[in-house]
Amino acid sequence: MTSCRDAFPAPKPAPAPDRPMTTTHVIVEDRPAHVPPGTLGDRIRPDFPILNQLPSPGRPALAFLDTAASSQKPRAVIDALTTYYETTHANIHRGVYQLSEHATAQYEAARATVADFIGAPDPHEVVFTRNTTEGINLVANAWGRRNLRPGDLIILTVMEHHSNLVPWQLVAEETGAELGFVGMLPDGTLDLVSLDALLARAPKLVAFSHVSNALGTIHPAAEITRRAKAAGALVLVDGAQSTPHIPVDVVALGCDFLAFSGHKVLGPTGIGVLWGRREILDGMGPFMGGGSMIRRVELTHSTWADVPARFEAGTPAIAEAIGLGAALTYLKGIGLERVAEHEHQLLEYALDRLADVPGVTVLGPSDPARQAGVVSFTVDGVHPHDVAAILDEGNVAVRAGHHCCQPLLREMDLVATTRASFGPYTVQSEIDALVTGLRRVNAIFNG
Amino acid sequence: MTDSIYREIILDHYKNPHHHGRLDPADVSHEETNPLCGDEIRIDVRINDGLISEIAFDGRGCAVSQASASILTDMVVGRPVTEAIALSREDLLEELGIPVSPARMKCATLGLKTLKLGLTGATSIDDDKL
Repeated sequence: MTSCRDAFPAPKPAPAPDRPMTTTHVIVEDRPAHVPPGTLGDRIRPDFPILNQLPSPGRPALAFLDTAASSQKPRAVIDALTTYYETTHANIHRGVYQLSEHATAQYEAARATVADFIGAPDPHEVVFTRNTTEGINLVANAWGRRNLRPGDLIILTVMEHHSNLVPWQLVAEETGAELGFVGMLPDGTLDLVSLDALLARAPKLVAFSHVSNALGTIHPAAEITRRAKAAGALVLVDGAQSTPHIPVDVVALGCDFLAFSGHKVLGPTGIGVLWGRREILDGMGPFMGGGSMIRRVELTHSTWADVPARFEAGTPAIAEAIGLGAALTYLKGIGLERVAEHEHQLLEYALDRLADVPGVTVLGPSDPARQAGVVSFTVDGVHPHDVAAILDEGNVAVRAGHHCCQPLLREMDLVATTRASFGPYTVQSEIDALVTGLRRVNAIFNG
Repeated sequence: MTDSIYREIILDHYKNPHHHGRLDPADVSHEETNPLCGDEIRIDVRINDGLISEIAFDGRGCAVSQASASILTDMVVGRPVTEAIALSREDLLEELGIPVSPARMKCATLGLKTLKLGLTGATSIDDDKL
């Protein structure tokens, strides 16, 4: 034992969940009230190595406006991954040796950090998944297959990402449950009248996105949840686009499940979170079978571990979970209210600048107060792919396509849009580069 | 910015596509979608004595996919069906004359894929076999 331990550098003790794992980020905790929060992007940008790379010769500086697809990572997250692999890695919940105990402690500390970040009362309610998609599939399979009967109603909305649509199509096909859809109003908000009509049919589950990835609409999640709970339904909130950008508190929302992805919230890829109310998780069977999720295994049958281990079969993404913990600690250090305020100022700036570009039509809520830092638009006579390709020639990165929301775009009689989306590190000059690029699009296609 | 793929040939074919529309009746009609971006192309073909006597395409999508389909129709009209089936991705890219990045390859070859699937009746072709 001693010689084995000596062969490794002494692992760092597991950080307390409420302490940052590294302190490379520069956060002004006591910012005077008169300092405009619009400078948050300028202030934290040095923390993001990828945004400070020199562009390749002949290309201008990168304007990264695709955070809704995946966010960039601060040094604190990159360091957490490196430090973990350099000092602490071993499999968790298995070894009785010190290294494994340290890895386990850090993994569980990350779980506690997640719970704290979303206001969950109990870290056991936090299940680590790969991403939002896996979290929703977990509920669809582990809860849906066991509890849904022919004719049972699942309520979704026409605005869902494919990840909150296709899993329910699959489980409905298997169980005979029916899908009902909350409609959308022309301004890209949900038609809550159609929600009430569906709720009158005693649904078993209501699942909806908190923020639309395609249009940026912030849905009234607490209000929808209140109505759904009053109708006796369970509520799943797809928090993929809300958790990184606005304060999300599961108790305040009142929901039963919340799913989100690590890579959109400044964390690594390959790690996500499903939060579920303890009594509901306790009553659910497993999703995937394998190691870690069992209590006792016989040749022909097994019994299940307690939650959350029951839903974490196999060796999990340990480093990524720890990296996610570092990301959430970093974001909490900034404060989600400030992130939301910063992104909202960028949104208003972008809407103002885009209004000056001929042929550009911005989609989504007419009231910016109901919109997150996502701007979806079309350019007259130019396909979004061409818009994005010409923007890329100016090193402006945006998303073009259906944003995994084909039914939503069909509602709007569109095949695709161009989407610019912001993060806490986004700065105004990136929006200026977007506008310059769009003028070039017009010059090429409509000149 | 000198390597723009939006050269005259692409913009000309995009704005004034050749053989654009539908043939009804047609001997072969086939429609394909690019699942990444939702682009659609439909190609109708009339065949006489083993030759593509008439061709028409219709669809919606980016300039690269639509211009490429237009250029493709110029390449194959009046040619034997066997020759159209044997046409390679490289043949088409040479005719396009623009640098096509991996991300845009599916756009540039959507028309070719549609035509080949229609003419052969195959259910799928791997992109690297086009």
